[in-house]
Amino acid sequence: MNLLNQSQRITTQRGAARWLMLLGVILLGGLFLFPLWQITLEAAQFPGGLRLNIWIDRFSGDDGTDSIIQNINILNHYIGMQYIEPDSIPELVYFPYVVYGMMALGVGTVLLNKTWGYATWLVIMVVLAILGVYDFYLWMYDYGHNLDPNAPIKVPGMTYMPPLIGEKDLLNFYVKSYPRMGTIFMTLSILLAALATWVSIRKEKVHV
Amino acid sequence: MKTNTIFLTLFFLLVLGAVFLTDCSQRTTQTIVEGDAAQQAYVPPGEYDEFYAFMSGGFSGQVTAYGLPSGRLLKEIPVFSKYPENGYGYSEETKAMFNTSYGEVPWDDSHHIELSQTDGEFDGRWLFVNGNNTPRIARVDLTTFETVEILEIPDVAGLHCAPFITENSEYLVSGTRFSVPIPQEDVGIDTYQENFKGLINYVSVDPEEGHMELAFQIEMPGYNYDLARNGKGKSHGWSFLTTYNSEQAHTLLEVNASQKDKDLLAIVNWKKAEEYLEQGKGQTRETSFYHNLMDESTSIVNSTEVTETTILNPQDCPGMVYFIPVPKSPHGCDVDPTGEFIVGNGKLSADMSIYSFDKLMAAIESEDFAGDINGIPIINYESGLHGILQKPGLGPLHTEFDGKGNAYTTFFISSEVVKWDVESLEVLDRQSTFYSPGHLVIPGGETRKPEGKYLVAMNKITKDRYLPTGPELAHSAQLFDISGEKMKLVLDFPTKGEPHYAQAISAGKIVPNVKKFYRIEDNGHPRAAKGEGQARVEREGKEVHVYMTAIRSHLAPDNIEGIKMDDEVYFHITNLEQDWDVPHGFAVQGATNAELLVMPGQTRTLKWKPFKPGVFAFYCTDFCSALHQEMSGYVRVSPANSDVPLKWGLNNENTTATNMREQAEQQLAQRVDD
Ligand SMILES: [Cu+2]
Repeated sequence: MNLLNQSQRITTQRGAARWLMLLGVILLGGLFLFPLWQITLEAAQFPGGLRLNIWIDRFSGDDGTDSIIQNINILNHYIGMQYIEPDSIPELVYFPYVVYGMMALGVGTVLLNKTWGYATWLVIMVVLAILGVYDFYLWMYDYGHNLDPNAPIKVPGMTYMPPLIGEKDLLNFYVKSYPRMGTIFMTLSILLAALATWVSIRKEKVHV
Repeated sequence: MKTNTIFLTLFFLLVLGAVFLTDCSQRTTQTIVEGDAAQQAYVPPGEYDEFYAFMSGGFSGQVTAYGLPSGRLLKEIPVFSKYPENGYGYSEETKAMFNTSYGEVPWDDSHHIELSQTDGEFDGRWLFVNGNNTPRIARVDLTTFETVEILEIPDVAGLHCAPFITENSEYLVSGTRFSVPIPQEDVGIDTYQENFKGLINYVSVDPEEGHMELAFQIEMPGYNYDLARNGKGKSHGWSFLTTYNSEQAHTLLEVNASQKDKDLLAIVNWKKAEEYLEQGKGQTRETSFYHNLMDESTSIVNSTEVTETTILNPQDCPGMVYFIPVPKSPHGCDVDPTGEFIVGNGKLSADMSIYSFDKLMAAIESEDFAGDINGIPIINYESGLHGILQKPGLGPLHTEFDGKGNAYTTFFISSEVVKWDVESLEVLDRQSTFYSPGHLVIPGGETRKPEGKYLVAMNKITKDRYLPTGPELAHSAQLFDISGEKMKLVLDFPTKGEPHYAQAISAGKIVPNVKKFYRIEDNGHPRAAKGEGQARVEREGKEVHVYMTAIRSHLAPDNIEGIKMDDEVYFHITNLEQDWDVPHGFAVQGATNAELLVMPGQTRTLKWKPFKPGVFAFYCTDFCSALHQEMSGYVRVSPANSDVPLKWGLNNENTTATNMREQAEQQLAQRVDD
């Protein structure tokens, strides 16, 4: 009687890991539906601020168009920042494939339904997420520090790197930088994979 | 001598009446603002006004937009007068807006604003306004606040009675102020009675695009047609027009056209007119008038000459037009929100006649007529009358409604606004306006759904409301709070031109649709340069076309050489910005026409004739950025026989101007190398 209950529980837990992982993989698709990050430039003469949304594969303003990039570029050219050129950022091209790859791998782990499968996926995803944020930081560092020596406005000692997360004064702008829904979906996906791994580990312990 | 005596007596009586009717509050020209009344007009910094008021500019030929209740001037919209401030009428794209059958007419006298309506309510899409002198009707697009169309009305003179709109913007109705020979011919002026004719004109409005078309004209007796309104609700399908000079005088009208005790109100069944038109009762006549329309994608005005018009004659179309007498020299004609009551204001009468639509229809049904004029039946005055408003004041001009059963009428001679009950014909309140008011406006006050919160009276003669500015003073408007029982004067504010009439509309009906910039991808101008990579100079014989771009904070190209005397230079400026409120200007030394203001995403062209060899500066005139002063360049002009080659550039990148993208790629490549 007791044993039967246990085996039932094992079956359910095996199923639970699968479902959790599958949900995690689906949520990862949220990266294509929502922006990852948003940088807001606030200044008195821009009521409501200028908002730059960073997606897995593109940049946009709140109106969905990319005219925001032109406007930010025009403002930045006074201080000699490089033009933000989405076409020249290779990550925007290959990141989506990385996500597709991870979604495919995720489906693989669901079919495999093994603890090591879930754990491996989790580790790769966490590493990729950290690398992604680090890469984003490098780009921002580069844009903020690599200034044109012929810039019309030069403020000694000044660099223009927006904060990775948080808020900061940059000349006349108050800059806010925060993750958006895309990142939240990715985080949920990672948490679900972790949960799937944990559930799967418990299942194997009972089994043994 | 005899007529002069009558006139003098009349004048004496008017003055006597004015003294008799005035109450003590009119003895001071100072405004008595009670308590916190002024607070109501105060809109704090950072907050929007509740209403837009669009005022015609009278002799300025333009339209101005004000905020209510603050009275702040928001924008002057050039319509019938050229406007060197932004190049309207001077730029190659907009020159054709002034084409008429009289040639280029770069000015006019704009009188009546009509906002487009759907189901008898303002829909905030377009604004129509008439040109009185060279008969025209213009359309302003309220997403951009730009004049996008002007239609000339043929064979009429002084299109004062225009452009009154029907409740679904089906038609803009107008009537000739001055009757003239039709077609024009060289006849004695004293043959007025036999040779002069009036026309009532119906311009249809395309429900999607707003495009105007002269649908038909109705031939009328040679009177002066002054103002009109269209029916609403149950009276939809009918137009009401006041006429004066039913005496058909042609000289010293102030006396000779003021003889009859009653003139006439013309009543037109336009639905019936449509039926007759369909039956082919109209006669086509050759004429000439111009239709100027801005193409949305190129923003270039195209001008077409139209050579035919269709005329309906009331004699061939029974039941289409009626007359009813209206007291002495009527001016205003206004229909209340229910569509039942029509106010006819005899400006030289001490009383006001209010007609009932139901009674008019009953009289028509029972043929309760007192004869006819050229086959147009005259309805018996008493049969159509709802009642008479007894001695409300002197010189009644215009009436608007608050939607709560009250009417408000301006009195030019007794200088006041009078509030009265439409149903019971009782005077409820009167407030001095301190010198002669003309039109008045309540937001939505001529529609089926007035927003009876404010009333603005527009004064015709201001005298001492403001600091003096020489012999000519600022024209004035006065804002009243009409939300309570009594009207309360809240604000005086100066206006441009003589604000003839205005319409006011909730800001919420316009703000969400306002365009912030023109999308550069949608710019279909054949000479647009949609990126710095397309900036260039091309010679086409004696014409030199400069495809120039403007972006904060440079023009490209900014060095141009190889222009010769006798060349005609066309600067086609494309503003590459895609941001709100970043127009760029363009001015070149020795330009004999105007400067340009180019909106983001738009292309505008300035023609320039070199006047002597040398190097001349051009620059941006609209302060656009921290480096606006640096936004300039040079054009070199050489003698006609010189062999300086055509050359252009930006930052020594002659003839191969790089665009922003290429620059960015170069920077990227450089960084990778580092
Ligand atoms: Cu500029």
